Amino acid sequence: MAADAVAAILLAGVSLYAILAGADFGGGLWDLLAGTTRRGRAARSLIDESITPVWEANHVWLVLVLVIFWTAFPDAFAPVRSVAAVPLWLAVGGIVLRGAGFAFRKEVTRLSQQRLAGATFAFSSLLTPFFLGTVIGAIATGHVPADGTRASLSAWTSATSLLLGFLFVAACGYLAAVYLVGEADRRGEPQLRDYFTRRAQVSAVVAGALSIATLVELHSSNRVLEDRLVGRAVPLVVLAAVCGLAVLALLSTGRRNGVRLIAALGVAAVIWGWGVAQYPTLLPGTTVTVSDAGAPHATLVALIVLFAVVVGLVGPAFILLFTLQSHRVLVQPSEFSTPPGEPGG
Amino acid sequence: MTAFQTVSLWAAPATGGDVVPARAQMATTLGFHIILACLGIAFPTFVLLAEYIGLRRGNEVAMTLARRWSQALGVLVAVGAVTGTVLSFELGLLWPGLMHRYGAVLGLPFGVEGLFFFLEAVFTAIYLYGWGRLRSWAHFWSGVPIAISGVFGAMSVIAVNSWMNQPGGFTEVDGRITSVNPWQVYFNHAAFYEMPHMILAAYMVSGFLVAGVYATGILRGRRNRYHYAGFALGFVPAAILTPFQIFVGDTAARAIAQDQPVKFATMEYVPQTSTHVPEWLAGVYVNGHVYGGIKIPDLDSLLVGFSPNTKVIGWDSVPAAQRPPAAWLIHLCFDVMVGLGSLLLLVGLWAVYTWWRKRKLPPQRLFWLLGAVSGLAAIVAMEAGWVVTELGRQPWVVYQLQTTADAATKNGGVLTTLTLIIIGYAVLGVATIAVLRMLSARWRRGDADQADVPYGPTPEAPASGETRVGV
Ligand code: HDD
Ligand code: HEM
Ligand code: HEM
Repeated sequence: MAADAVAAILLAGVSLYAILAGADFGGGLWDLLAGTTRRGRAARSLIDESITPVWEANHVWLVLVLVIFWTAFPDAFAPVRSVAAVPLWLAVGGIVLRGAGFAFRKEVTRLSQQRLAGATFAFSSLLTPFFLGTVIGAIATGHVPADGTRASLSAWTSATSLLLGFLFVAACGYLAAVYLVGEADRRGEPQLRDYFTRRAQVSAVVAGALSIATLVELHSSNRVLEDRLVGRAVPLVVLAAVCGLAVLALLSTGRRNGVRLIAALGVAAVIWGWGVAQYPTLLPGTTVTVSDAGAPHATLVALIVLFAVVVGLVGPAFILLFTLQSHRVLVQPSEFSTPPGEPGG
Repeated sequence: MTAFQTVSLWAAPATGGDVVPARAQMATTLGFHIILACLGIAFPTFVLLAEYIGLRRGNEVAMTLARRWSQALGVLVAVGAVTGTVLSFELGLLWPGLMHRYGAVLGLPFGVEGLFFFLEAVFTAIYLYGWGRLRSWAHFWSGVPIAISGVFGAMSVIAVNSWMNQPGGFTEVDGRITSVNPWQVYFNHAAFYEMPHMILAAYMVSGFLVAGVYATGILRGRRNRYHYAGFALGFVPAAILTPFQIFVGDTAARAIAQDQPVKFATMEYVPQTSTHVPEWLAGVYVNGHVYGGIKIPDLDSLLVGFSPNTKVIGWDSVPAAQRPPAAWLIHLCFDVMVGLGSLLLLVGLWAVYTWWRKRKLPPQRLFWLLGAVSGLAAIVAMEAGWVVTELGRQPWVVYQLQTTADAATKNGGVLTTLTLIIIGYAVLGVATIAVLRMLSARWRRGDADQADVPYGPTPEAPASGETRVGV
């Protein structure tokens, strides 16, 4: 029981990380594809303004997910870490480069330095989602043995893994584009709005196609999982598909109310669908299950309490942050300038 | 950081496998992260102090300092966050044995840490990007949770480290954890001194670093109110905390003499258990001889039990395989920490004395030179303290329960990641310092036209309103 609850918490954490930080990573993708300095300027500054105040807070979900994973399910964590060491190192490399590139870009002044820092940010934004995707692929296809202690190349380079890597990148781009459509709209920038609407549509189609390809590929790489995805997890899979189509439909008819929520819901449905399909196994192909992965009862209870406290304290804090952000109260400080009509410091 | 790595490589016993590079990598990444962590824990308090004075007394200079510092804080916190994330990954990637066996125990304080990271990250964003947008006191109060969660976050990480020194609060049957008492894990026997010692260290590092920046400016002839205010805002709190830090350190040493006697024996060069143990200042221990040290008879016994007849346990109480490597390094690091702590105390006393006699800071160039390097001294003291703690615990990763070799990854390839990390962190460190220097150069020029948009030509009109320049 307690273990199931913690597994649900873990999935919730993964979903929040995917939705919130995923959009930040996707911002890097669009930054990368925004073209030359002059042409990409408007898009880049919208991306920049949207990500700046929130990326660090969003990033913490990853830290929390990691901690819950190793605390609650150490028997599953240790082999994943060993077998998928290489993509995990690459993912963490992406995190470092991206965070540093992003933070530095705002403070350096010369154009060449800004370009260097910006390119680092944009390029490394692709690394983390891609390699985390391949790690999930290694787990989902049963390439992580319970006693795995050695890094394996084949574990995370199967077709399924690579597809998942690309799917993660596409999903990040999709979330970011949908989000930026709303941002551009609220700022009354119709050109940018249309710019990101096109990108949201394209990435939705790409992500959808990759999802279907992954499902087909799972047919040979993990039959059980595939059966369950179209079996007991099918409501969630359908929900995900409906959300994706709804977003496409709404965007093309120019309605933007609630689009972000629907897009987020669609991504969450995919994650929960995977969780439901795999339950109760943690590592497919092994006997490591949710209820038997090494943590004593008291640890699980403590994690549940901790999560309740996180939700109680951090939830309101996030709401405050996002509210301030969406009212454009949070802006990059420009040292001496005071916006007219506002209480100055 | 390469110094750390070389040191660890030398100091390692011949265990083979990836233990040595894994330890070197852990030491490098932690040694780097801890500096940013110190600033993440304590620097917000200094920013808030400046803002408070600015708001309370309508002090424009303090207000300018607060604004500028918070801009630097933004860079530092970002680098702190990414290097911290590397550590979270490393715990699993380098020490799967540790995480597998004790993850269910260790994870709890790390989880609590996660809670405070959230609060810290959220309020840092509000504070940094709310300047000039939030009402003045609302803005001030949005920064207070950062300072508080920094301290609690530090307590949580240190809970893990102190637990590794004094594990408790769980039962283990056949290598599996069967029950856990989270409270006893968090507040273990070493936590009561490690937590305050580290938090005070963070405040000393931040305060003296701030002071050092402005002392350097003053030495270069920038003798204005701005620089004196910046110096005082960093120096005064840090100097006030120094004696408390020494007191806590002294308590820690006595606790270690009880709880981790072999570590203590190594710190103090006590080969055989005996009474009337002398204290060695500096000196290198080789094959039973201390070269180049100053010997003070009976002092070690006196320090441990307030009497020369106090028996101090020597490292011969355990077989050689259970003693930490490189006694000389642990001893010298301990002396460096204590020595620098005492020196910082003297600098503070000097300032107090002249202030008491003449109502001003000492005019001597030496004082400002010392002030300029005080931040570096605090960093060195703190890093040295960590070497004592971590190397002194060897060969154990969890004291008397699991050896470091058992915890380490068997994956191979750590030398590769170690090399990449050293290169990467060297670049990151240089870039961070370069970016901070660019910021300060820009402040000095007093120009407000900072790059508001990613690598574009400057916009036609200033992005946000009128521009006031200078103070
Ligand atoms: C500004 C930094 C700083 C200063 C001035 C001092 N220390 Fe320290 N010390 C640390 C920063 C530090 C540290 C880096 O923060 C450590 C490492 C682990 C810990 O909890 O604190 C540490 C550890 C540490 C330990 C080992 C704890 C362990 O192994 O668990 C002892 C015995 C002392 N210290 C004692 C002292 C004494 C007697 C000092 C008197 C001057 C002193 N420290 C000054
Ligand atoms: C909560 C905080 C910390 C945790 C959980 C932690 C954990 C570890 C672990 C697991 C190892 C490897 C095993 C070992 O050698 O014992 C290690 C080694 C090491 N850590 Fe820490 N550490 C912490 C804080 C720090 C900090 C802040 C420093 C700063 C310099 C540091 C310095 C070192 C060094 C020098 C080693 C290598 C020891 C050797 O070479 O034998 N540690 N630490
Ligand atoms: C093995 C040890 C450690 C791990 C796994 C670790 C992990 C992390 C992580 C994941 C972050 C980023 C959180 C975010 O995204 O904002 C972080 C930042 C931070 N860490 Fe560490 N850390 C370790 C050691 C330490 C130590 C020894 C201290 C201090 C005593 C410390 C204090 C901090 C603080 C205050 C921050 C937030 C401030 C900042 O970002 O600069 N950490 N750490």
